[in-house]
Amino acid sequence: MAVPLTVEFSGGLEALFNNERSINLSLESRDGSENSPTITDLVVYLCEKVMMDKRRELFVIDGYHVRPGVLVLINDADWELVGEENYVIQPGDEILFASTLHGG
Amino acid sequence: MSGRSTESIRPLSSATCELCHIRKPSLRRPKTGQKICQPCFFHVFETEIHNTITSANLFFRGERVAIGASGGKDSTVLAHVLKVLNERYDYGVGFVLLSIDEGIKGYRDDSLKTVKRNKDQYAMPLEIVSYKELYDDWSMDDIVAQIGNRNNCTYCGVFRRQALDRGAQKLGIKHVVTGHNADDMAETVLMNLLRGDTARLDRCTEIVTQSTDSPVKRSKPLKYAYEKEIVLYAHYKKLDYFSTECVYSPEAFRGTARALIKNLETVRPSAIIDIIRSGETFTLERKRGTVATKLGTCERCGYISSNRICKACVLLEGLNAGRAAVQVNGSEYEPHEGAALHKRLEHLSF
Repeated sequence: MAVPLTVEFSGGLEALFNNERSINLSLESRDGSENSPTITDLVVYLCEKVMMDKRRELFVIDGYHVRPGVLVLINDADWELVGEENYVIQPGDEILFASTLHGG
Repeated sequence: MSGRSTESIRPLSSATCELCHIRKPSLRRPKTGQKICQPCFFHVFETEIHNTITSANLFFRGERVAIGASGGKDSTVLAHVLKVLNERYDYGVGFVLLSIDEGIKGYRDDSLKTVKRNKDQYAMPLEIVSYKELYDDWSMDDIVAQIGNRNNCTYCGVFRRQALDRGAQKLGIKHVVTGHNADDMAETVLMNLLRGDTARLDRCTEIVTQSTDSPVKRSKPLKYAYEKEIVLYAHYKKLDYFSTECVYSPEAFRGTARALIKNLETVRPSAIIDIIRSGETFTLERKRGTVATKLGTCERCGYISSNRICKACVLLEGLNAGRAAVQVNGSEYEPHEGAALHKRLEHLSF
């Protein structure tokens, strides 16, 4: 099932995504099943289909794990409250990736 | 225990803020693991900084203090919180924003625009000091054009420290606060430990530092504030800040330490504060017979210096002579030991 959502980037991450601060997309589960996609599905999609920049390691490490130091907010709440990578995306969710890995 | 009684407790504790027990939580605090809501977060974040300030007697009534403002997240949050606390607790401190214009196109010119907006947002006076006006018309862009991309952070570090001091002196201010956060401090502890730099390890966690060759004291009110919370605070408060890395500084070694800290934080969030606490409790045996450095003034520029000629003037001499000056401070530095030089000078960076 394709789920519509909004993805936002800040803290310098937008530089990896064509300087887009916000994108709307419709996402399916990676395995093509009827299951709603998770954050991991989203991260894989962003890396494979959206990111043009070669510096993938600024966003993910060890495959498709969000790099420590990149904050993820789901509808403005810390993703640590809702299961992190395993969170099941709901229609209309706003997901923000904010890097803290820049100077102060 | 019956199933019913646990059920009646569990939804309360997981669905509401662990402090007010009313609102929905917005974040998990890395320091404590508590799940808390935005208003409670603002309250504890600000109160902890207030406690850091009062327990270290950082300010006195009537003091004028310059906030080293880069337009980045840390100094923006610092300026905002200091304004809030100064009003809430009536510190009676006069804050001024002090920015350095290194002359880096596409980086500092943009971040200075942010600082100029902050000036109005926080109703604080703003002073901008540029490398160009202080250092014989050399901007960082000019310096990099001449010496290339290798040792440029050395120049920037030395120049920036003096520039902050000079800016403060220009304003008649003897105290500069900077936005160094807990992650920065844990990083520095690790770096000094890995390098075996015992002299610096001892001092790097101090909240107030006064270097022998500086008339201005420095302090770090955010030393216990986690980067994650600083970024969330700025985000939830919708503060206006600038987030682009300096175009010239990948800073490889700090990058390694930073990645390590971030990985440790993922496994155990309290690791950052634990490393700072360990750093604070290191006591190292003093060497006997160490002579205190004599303070003098630089023969060239008249600035306070423990050497005949201050570091900035030595670097400038090299630049003006049309070559890269690698030798900074007499025989202590071997020209080919770029790493040693970097190590000696890194603490000067802002």
